[in-house]
Amino acid sequence: MRITTVRRIHQLFIFVLFVWFCIVSTVGDKFWQIRNWPINWILHLDPLVALGTILSTGKFYWPLHCALGTVVITIIFGRFFCGWVCPFGSLHQFVGFWGNRKKTAAQKIRLNKYRNAQSIKYYILVLFLVMAAFPSISASLQTGLLDPIPLVTRSFQLVLLPIFDRGTYLTSVNVRYYEYGWLIFAVFATAVLLNLVIPRFYCRFICPLGAFLGIINRFSIWRIGKNKSECINCKLCEKSCEGGCEPGGKIRISECVLCFNCLDDCGHEIISYQTRPSLAGEITNPDISRRGFILSLVSGVLVIPAVRLSGKLRGNWYHKVIRPPGALAEEEFLKRCIKCGQCMRVCPTNVIQPGGFEGGLENLWTPVLNNRIGSSGCQLNCVACGQICPTSAIRPITLSEKLGTGEFAEAGPIKLGTAFLDRGRCLPWAMNKPCIVCEENCPVSPKAIYTQEFFNTIRDGILSVKKATGNTIETIENKLLPDKFATGDYYCAVEGGQRRKIVSNTENLIKISPDEQFEKIPAEGSKIEVQVRLQRPYVDIERCIGCGVCEHECPVSGKKAIRISAEGETRSADRKLLLER
Amino acid sequence: MNEQKSKKLSRRQLLARAGKAGVSIAAAGAVSYLLYDQKGPTAHPEEKEVTLRNFSVKEQPGRTMSIVKGSDRVKTIDKAIELLGGIERFIKPGETVAIKPNVAFASPAMLCATANPELVAEVVRLCYSRGKAKKVIVTDNPINDPASCFTLSGIGKAVSAAGAEVVLPKDYLFRNTTLAGGLLIKNWPIFFEPFAKVDKLIGIAPVKDHHRAGASMTMKNWYGLLGGRRNIFHQDINTIIAELAMMVRPTLVILDGTEVMMTNGPTGGSISDLRRANTLIASTDCVAADSYGCTLLNLKVSDLPYLAKAEKAGAGTTDYESLKPLGAEVT
Repeated sequence: MRITTVRRIHQLFIFVLFVWFCIVSTVGDKFWQIRNWPINWILHLDPLVALGTILSTGKFYWPLHCALGTVVITIIFGRFFCGWVCPFGSLHQFVGFWGNRKKTAAQKIRLNKYRNAQSIKYYILVLFLVMAAFPSISASLQTGLLDPIPLVTRSFQLVLLPIFDRGTYLTSVNVRYYEYGWLIFAVFATAVLLNLVIPRFYCRFICPLGAFLGIINRFSIWRIGKNKSECINCKLCEKSCEGGCEPGGKIRISECVLCFNCLDDCGHEIISYQTRPSLAGEITNPDISRRGFILSLVSGVLVIPAVRLSGKLRGNWYHKVIRPPGALAEEEFLKRCIKCGQCMRVCPTNVIQPGGFEGGLENLWTPVLNNRIGSSGCQLNCVACGQICPTSAIRPITLSEKLGTGEFAEAGPIKLGTAFLDRGRCLPWAMNKPCIVCEENCPVSPKAIYTQEFFNTIRDGILSVKKATGNTIETIENKLLPDKFATGDYYCAVEGGQRRKIVSNTENLIKISPDEQFEKIPAEGSKIEVQVRLQRPYVDIERCIGCGVCEHECPVSGKKAIRISAEGETRSADRKLLLER
Repeated sequence: MNEQKSKKLSRRQLLARAGKAGVSIAAAGAVSYLLYDQKGPTAHPEEKEVTLRNFSVKEQPGRTMSIVKGSDRVKTIDKAIELLGGIERFIKPGETVAIKPNVAFASPAMLCATANPELVAEVVRLCYSRGKAKKVIVTDNPINDPASCFTLSGIGKAVSAAGAEVVLPKDYLFRNTTLAGGLLIKNWPIFFEPFAKVDKLIGIAPVKDHHRAGASMTMKNWYGLLGGRRNIFHQDINTIIAELAMMVRPTLVILDGTEVMMTNGPTGGSISDLRRANTLIASTDCVAADSYGCTLLNLKVSDLPYLAKAEKAGAGTTDYESLKPLGAEVT
């Protein structure tokens, strides 16, 4: 079998595996649900994830050890990851092949020649790594924006899967929604469509992971090269060159993605995969100019401090950036989050959303809870997001740590924020209508939402007695809406202050529940007041964990009458609200 | 271009061209005619409505309600159903059965915020073994995330093991309904499709404290059939519960008062919210079952206005004593 056929089978296998891991990221215990599938495996193989977090945190988080394997294999065999593993690369390769299949050999050779712009990806890499590492006062891991593995993961998990699953309902009970999914889609679609301009456009010009592997490719033991000097320079070896590395001339080792197409296309068996350098000579180092390098270095130093001039990490922090349970304090969180979207995908309620720009530029596509989306706020007995997070930006907490039970009893439950009641919108507070859905659904025991009873005289509720008996009052007014007061929430207060529950009413007769008796039957001509019994909700800040179930369930559906705000979240000491005694 | 211009149109070409033009014009005309809408859109497009069927079986005087004391739910439910005439009275061989337990919250079974999984599984087993049912489905439209509710409550696993199919509330299973004589259920989406295909319906609910409604029992359990933004009905909780009792005519309801949630309902969240009452009720009259059930919460019938409303609407009786409930105790 030809080596290119082996490569295609391998690429297809990894791609199918990748899609399979996306599908099985569904909570459940069927074989096509999450169980113990290693759905983070490809993310963990990504050396840029490992390198980025090493630079930003100074530590090599243990599940990322797989990336060491990728580096070692690259040093021995070359950029196999790009040509053989990367599912995004495979997609580009397929689209690029398909989009240009009708071109002539000469056109293809022109298409796949080396371009100076291929050095841009190295500048992007330097920029991101310096942002992560250099000024230790403001390190921010932004590699995830363009790192192909997180990019393709969030594109499939948060965009393609929900779109294609609309009819089948295989990966969720109901359609899932992702705010800023459109932006993820736009980036993904642009990257894929650019293959029609130049094959593997993203890999050649943009990919920071490719740039990193390109740099270490100079050490590779085996590499592509010419084994004879009698080459007729037909350039056919460059016809399908995926990396644009010019194997026909002095091969650019850093650009070679090990597609092996040149081996196939060379009719004279001049090109081989070998340990000795190419007889035509080779260029081992990427084509980076000193000026470009310094420019990206300086930019990297300045970008994060410039972005943080917004004060979003200090006093101007945005109250709606509510992080999942177990998320690290904001600065530490931003050093680890790679925006892969795994937490958003695995969240059974769909409440975790890719963030936008409101919380600052660094907030883009990081996990933020939006209680208006999904099936029910952050579920009390669930820690799925932390268990899945590949970099521990959300710590893998246990249920007892989340709920503050057992050994965590003293620390108390993890708070995501605090519920604030909007009395101007709340039905019992603002409109004199009974409701308390929030109280009912508060999952904490004892409930963090409690109520107080109020009796409010309704509009036009002062009536005059025509005649009263033990359990009825006939009123002079005769325009009452029949049974308006029959809901069990209305009371009749008579002179002297006694209040009794109304059972039903006609236009001028009010029937009262026989449970009690009048101390004194109301006199003719005396006034009565029809009152509605209201249970008005209050939030107990000491109990509220900010789970957002109340906000999700609040029937005031436009702008909710009870909303979570991140004040009081456990993860950041400076956002504390409650005085502890 | 020039070449074409200079050429003369042949007769054959002219006819072909005229033919194509004719077909195109006819097609445009036909499409316009078929789609022609003289009225324009209305403010509220009419939707086809559905009605839940009546699942009740023939009444047998003296066998409407049974109250069994005991701590083992499997034994008490077996006895309670036996007293009413056995499951064979309710399920005929080859029938399909829907069981609607209360699966509202994603919380573990021991907190009793949801129907007890062993109890639900036992009813499934009875339907299959004694009732010879062809198929049993277990379904609910919970408040918390549906899949998580069935998983964490243990109901999903228990009933699957007993051979039932769990049906989750997917969007396309909802249809609009209007309750005849109702005030609130008007052109409202309900969880309909799973119930459209079955012959019998059994409701299973625990006895729970409920701050707004007073208590959540078998009638409140039908809230799970409401779809859409059903929380707005909390403004008139008593009317909506009574209307649900009018809308749903079950074969049998089971009210589980083995452990009663006395406080912090309907979510509970702590074992300290529970009280052991060791009582299980089976009834074909959910108003009667709830009227008895509220005593387990130390409430009176008049504390729950929805009971009187449902009685007035003809959904059952609050005077459960008049039904001469059958009693037993199992250990």
